[in-house]
Amino acid sequence: MSDVLAKIKGMKVDEKTTTRKLVLVSSKGGLDMAYPPMILANAARMSGIECEIFFTFWGLDLITKKKMGKVNIATVGNPAFSMAPYAPWFKIPTWMGLIPGMSWVATKMMAYQIKKLDFPPIPEFMENLLDSGVKLYGCKLSMDMMNLQEEDLIDGATMLGAMEFMELSKDAQVMFV
Amino acid sequence: MPETIDLTILETLDFDDDGFMTDANDWTPAIGKAIAAALELELTERHWDVINFSRAEFAEHGDAPSLRKITKVGGVPTKELYVLFPGGPAKLAAQIAGLPKPTGCI
Repeated sequence: MSDVLAKIKGMKVDEKTTTRKLVLVSSKGGLDMAYPPMILANAARMSGIECEIFFTFWGLDLITKKKMGKVNIATVGNPAFSMAPYAPWFKIPTWMGLIPGMSWVATKMMAYQIKKLDFPPIPEFMENLLDSGVKLYGCKLSMDMMNLQEEDLIDGATMLGAMEFMELSKDAQVMFV
Repeated sequence: MPETIDLTILETLDFDDDGFMTDANDWTPAIGKAIAAALELELTERHWDVINFSRAEFAEHGDAPSLRKITKVGGVPTKELYVLFPGGPAKLAAQIAGLPKPTGCI
């Protein structure tokens, strides 16, 4: 084979023979930490890498029908909290985060930035991920604890136990978010 | 029987280490066909919709479109894109369209 053909072919990932697989564990339910696993999962699929996401504890909110559209930001307890796009020099002190309505304002601001970058909102993003072949799982124990059934999750997501997670993550790269 | 495509056309062109054409202006539909053939992909009309849209976006913005743009503006749903370009639609579509590697995160 010529060099040129080898170069072109080098890019192609044959899904039948590819071995790279990424498993993400999504454990946080804030708007700020909802996007990293979604962006990474999407990037994996765009590059032809198999990907599955396991949602545990607060992360479950991101695939729970009733909550996925209402994910917001915590304004207390984040030492890096600032109005980054508007006034990056102003670190918001913890006491200020306690003012009623702060979380609402911060959430609106971030949602605006997300929209400006043309990133889809969480429910649409999850649909896209399912369409692109990402598998979504809800942690069984967390679901039991929060009194959730499989039908409370976005259509296409399934419930999975910790032992089954071990099988699923066999031979995969695992990332805890 | 699928038509046989002459791949020698590719030998005269420059590709970067990732297999993307270094000069998008050298591209012709025949080259696109040959790149697809090298990737063992047979192009249908829907493939051409994506390729032509990508070329047009590149001409306008100087960058290969993100997958999101192809679905939202180009009108090819996510699911279909993954069927058309198995193994990484963002990369493969840009590669066949003779564009540089896409830089968008979505």
